[in-house]
This record gives sequence, C-alpha cells and structure tokens, in this order.
Amino acid sequence: MTTVDGRHELDREAERLAYKPPEVRHDKQGDMDSKERIDKAMWNFLKNFNTQTASYLDGCLHCGMCADACHFHVRTDDPQYTPIWKIELFKRTYKRNVGPFAFFYRLLGLKRKVTIEDLEEWQHLLYDSCTVCGRCSLVCPMGIDIAGLVSMARHGMFKAGLIPHELHEVAKRAAETGSPLGITPDKFEDRVEWMADEHDVDIPMDVEKADVLAVMSSIEIQKYPQSIAATAKILNAAGESWTFRTDGFEATNFGLLSGNPDWQKAASMKLIDAAIKIGAKTLVLPECGHAYMALRWMGANMYGKPLPFKVLHISEYLADALNSGKIKVKKVDKSVTYHDPCQVSRRGGATQAARDVIRHLGVEFREMEYGGDYNWCCGGGGGVVTITRADPLRHRVFKLKMDQVEKTEADELLSSCANCRQSFDDSQQHFGWDYTMGSLMEMVAENLEEGKS
Amino acid sequence: MDLLEFARGPALQVAAYILVAGSIWRFVGILLLKEKTDFSEPRKSAGIKSALKVIYTRSFTADPFKKATLYAKIMGYVMHVGLFAVVFLFVPHIVFFEGFLGFDWPGLPNSVIYVFGVATIVSGFALLVRRLTSPVLKLISNFDDYFSWFVTMLPLATGLLIPVRLGIRYETLLAIHILSVVVLLVWLPFGKLGHTFLVFLTRGTTGMVFERRGAKT
Repeated sequence: MTTVDGRHELDREAERLAYKPPEVRHDKQGDMDSKERIDKAMWNFLKNFNTQTASYLDGCLHCGMCADACHFHVRTDDPQYTPIWKIELFKRTYKRNVGPFAFFYRLLGLKRKVTIEDLEEWQHLLYDSCTVCGRCSLVCPMGIDIAGLVSMARHGMFKAGLIPHELHEVAKRAAETGSPLGITPDKFEDRVEWMADEHDVDIPMDVEKADVLAVMSSIEIQKYPQSIAATAKILNAAGESWTFRTDGFEATNFGLLSGNPDWQKAASMKLIDAAIKIGAKTLVLPECGHAYMALRWMGANMYGKPLPFKVLHISEYLADALNSGKIKVKKVDKSVTYHDPCQVSRRGGATQAARDVIRHLGVEFREMEYGGDYNWCCGGGGGVVTITRADPLRHRVFKLKMDQVEKTEADELLSSCANCRQSFDDSQQHFGWDYTMGSLMEMVAENLEEGKS
Repeated sequence: MDLLEFARGPALQVAAYILVAGSIWRFVGILLLKEKTDFSEPRKSAGIKSALKVIYTRSFTADPFKKATLYAKIMGYVMHVGLFAVVFLFVPHIVFFEGFLGFDWPGLPNSVIYVFGVATIVSGFALLVRRLTSPVLKLISNFDDYFSWFVTMLPLATGLLIPVRLGIRYETLLAIHILSVVVLLVWLPFGKLGHTFLVFLTRGTTGMVFERRGAKT
C-alpha cells in the first residue's frame, strides 16, 4: 500500500477533502539586502511607539481571548491567526528597544532580535489574514486596540519591501495615477458624463465654489458606476451647492491599507486641497469603509491641523438629510438586513446613521445576530480583497458572514461600503450564494420622493 | 537575626522599594514617550470620564464573546476576587497593613478566607491547564506567563500551609510565606503582573480614543 509523502498536512477543517497549501509566498519589493530590510522594518516600527501604543504593547496578558473574536482564527482554529500573535514582531521590537525594561530584555536575551525570516513569515499574518476589522479590540480584557497596532506594524513591512505583491501593485498604481484601478481624471469625467446621460441627472463637475465636495471610490467608478448617479440624485434632491472635482475624486486610500504613510498622506491631501480650493463646508465620502477611517479620523492628522470642513460618510449625510427633512423617501415594502462596514461602524462610530436611514425607508429591518458594532467583517477589508493569494482563506472566513446573513431571512442585504460589496460579490460567485449585496445609498436614490428630486 | 526577622524586616522593606520604584519606572517609561495630538474633529467630548467608563465596562465580557471566553473568564474572576479577599480581608493581613497605614478595616472569618484561598489556587491551576493545552496559549506564552503564575501561586500555597503546620515550626512557615510574598512584590512591576496598574492605562486610553470617535468601546 502506498502512503502520502507527509509533506503537507491534511486540512481537517476544509469544506472538501484538502491538504493544506504548501509554503506561503514571501513577496519582496525592491532590491535591498536582508540587513537593510530589517533596519527599515525596525525603524518604521519604532516611529509608531508613543504612549498609546506603548501602553498597549506593555499591557498584553497573553490571555488569548482575541483569538475567539477573530474570524480567521474562528474559522480555521489555526493559532497563528491569534490577533496579538500577528503583531508579535512589533511587540518584540518595542520590548527589546523602547519599553521601560528594554535594557534587561536585551541583557538577559529574553527578546530575540527580529530576523528577515521572521519578517517574511509575518507577511501572511499582517496582510493576508487581518482585515483590521477591530473585533479583537472589543474582546480584549485589557482594552488593547490590536487592529490599530496591525496598521502600524504594516508601516515597517511596507518600508522593508515585504508586503504581498498584489497589494503593493494596487497601492503603487494609486500613488502614480491617483487611483488604485488606474482611473485618470479624464476617465472619471467620461464615466460621470456617461452616468449623467444614462440616468438623466445633472452632475456638476469642477465647479469653482461649492458647499459640498462629493468624492467617489474607484471601485464604484469602475464596478458600480450607478453609485455616481445615485450620489448626484441625492445631492440634487437635497438642493446642495455641490460638485465633483477632477483634481480630488478618489476616496480610497491604499497608502493606509498597504502601510505607506507617505502615500496615505498624498492621497488624503488631494481631497483636502480640493475641498479647501472650492471653499467646501462639507466633504461627503462615498460608500467606502477605510476611506472614512482615512479622512474622517486620520485626515486632519495628515494635514497637521484641524480640517476647515466637515467630513461625513454618505450614510451620515443621508441620515442628516432625512432626519432634517432635506430629502424624503417613499416607503419600501421589503425586509432588509444591513452589513456594517467595520471602519464606519465599529471603528468609526457611525453605526446609528445607517439605521436612521433604514428607518426612514420604512422597511422591515432585520438586524443580524450580533450585528452593528459586533458584526462579522466581510473578510475583504484592510486590503485583503486585493491579495489574490489570500482568496481561499478569505472565502473560508466568509462562511461566518453567510450564516449571519442567512439567519435573518431578509429579502435584501444592504451595506454602505463598495469594498465590502466587492468582497461579497466575489464570495457570492465563489459559493453560488443567493444573496446579492446592495447599496443603502442606491436604495435611497431609487426611492426619493417625487418633486424633491 | 533569625529568618522571620529577616523576612519581616529588611527583605520586605527592600521588596517594597523595588515594587514602588519598578512600578514608577515602568509607568513613567511609557508616559514619557511622545504623544501625538489628534486633530480630527471629535464626535463626542472624551476625557477622564470616558477613561473611567471603559476601565469599568471592560471588566465584563460583551455578549457575542461570552460563550467562547466563559472558562477563562470564570476562572479569571475567581482568581481576582479570591486574591483580593485573601490579601485584603484576612484579619492577620489587616493587622499587618494597620501597622504601617495606621488604620484598619473589617475582615472575613478565617474559615471563609481559607475557602477563598483554595478556590484561588484551584482557579490558578485551571488557568495553567488552559495555558498548557490550548494551541493558542501554547503559541503565545513565554517565560513571563509561567513565572508570574508561579510567584502568584507561591504565597497562596505557603499561606495555606501555615495552619496545616506539617510538623514545621509556625515561625519558619510564616517566614517562608513572607519570603514568597517578597518574591511576588519584587517581580510584580517587571512582568505581566504589572497589569495591576497598567490596566488603568490601557483601558483608559482606549476609552478616550474610541469614545472620542463615538465608536464602540
């Protein structure tokens, strides 16, 4: 009788008979030698050690409870996906170099120096298997924001040229062309004109002075262009003085996702400069989760002072407009469930906005079990959806989301994030799933009351 | 100077100095690092009240995580409540504290304290078993986790042995007990036991940062 060679372990948790995939890919960008990579990683880890991060890194009790909150661990039972383990190198660097007892740690050899092999191994943990959804941050008995630490640890990985190629390519394209999907200002203008014709709606472009600057995400411009028309219908109906701008239209921020603060800043500054140029009082962000984190909560810090305008996620704008009667919607006779984008709800604090909008739509709202702030992530956030090599893992994780949605038995599934939508669409196709992710904003636009639009 | 005098005197005194100095060093070492100003427009004002809120609320597990963390949480509670009772509500300990604080407070009957002591040791072993068997904990545990466990259990064990005697002189047993406390106090500021004071900093920080955003804490 022949036996298998034993090089690859049987994957007992897989949906179908499967052996665990071979060694994970360790991608490298640039032609630095190992020493240079380690130095860059260390230096860019070090830049993040302030009082907040230090207290977090010093406070971990190794209780392991974060594993129970992480979709990657819950679905695989693989201990390497324990959230606090994902930042082990970052934590070790802190303890070895900066922490109050760094001297003793080094003297007694208690914290090993980070090696190039360590960094390579952690690429999979810091990128492929973390969506920065922050569910783990809510279970930690010490209150450590582990997701925030993952984002910071990515700074070191990026500068050392040690991130997944796919994410690097997309981020580089965003830095070079202004859009992760290579959408140039001309192309944006074309798509906007097309949508204006197709949906018979006025879409102001490059207006010199306006109260509201609306921006879009490339995913919408490319894959869900009807979002452009929906945004315009709503802002027109609300009677806003508003515009799109070709010099500041891209809301996604792949500098943030890939871990390059320079690119992050450049992307944010484009929007900030455009808003200031037209004297905008409000910048309305599209249905995109990380765009909200990047501009609403990090934008002013990139700018170096408070922003001279308000930043609203479209769901917040809609909630305000509906609550104040600026726009009105017809009642929709359907049952609806809502998937909270992590960066808007759990980490962004705008959980209630979408629920206000849903209430105005008059639908039968079916909240998912542990929805809202404790929602399972779509599995594609934090740049994961761009990393093709992570697809099998992402699909596996998505099962949690499918179960959560299916239990509601709602007619429609809505969200307010094009990145979630993209990852839902992909997983839907993969599993042949019945539910299609819809857009909350589009439902509002489709049901605007006559005379108001 | 006999062993008991040494334990009660210079050993305990030096341990107390190390405890205080080490704790201050660790706290200040963290607080002296730079702190970035957050320029984003707050959704809610968040100050010391938000910090206090999360210091309190994070003592409890949110519903979605209750089932998965039940074992560790129950054992954790027993251990913390037990330690508090044994350290601060045992009459001879209160007499000891009164010696340098100058005031006392009511304690619990000795028999009740023994029950707390045994329960604390049992929970300690239950948590150790978890650490030794859970794949997650096996991966993330290090020397600090096991040593901190050991120095926490030691005073409990030596304390519980005093009434049992085992044919050893009371004074010797008491000296051993005090010396085990000395080891605990000396180690406390350096390893994970520092969470005794760091918990206020970590939970408080999260309270201020996330309440400011109006986000879930």
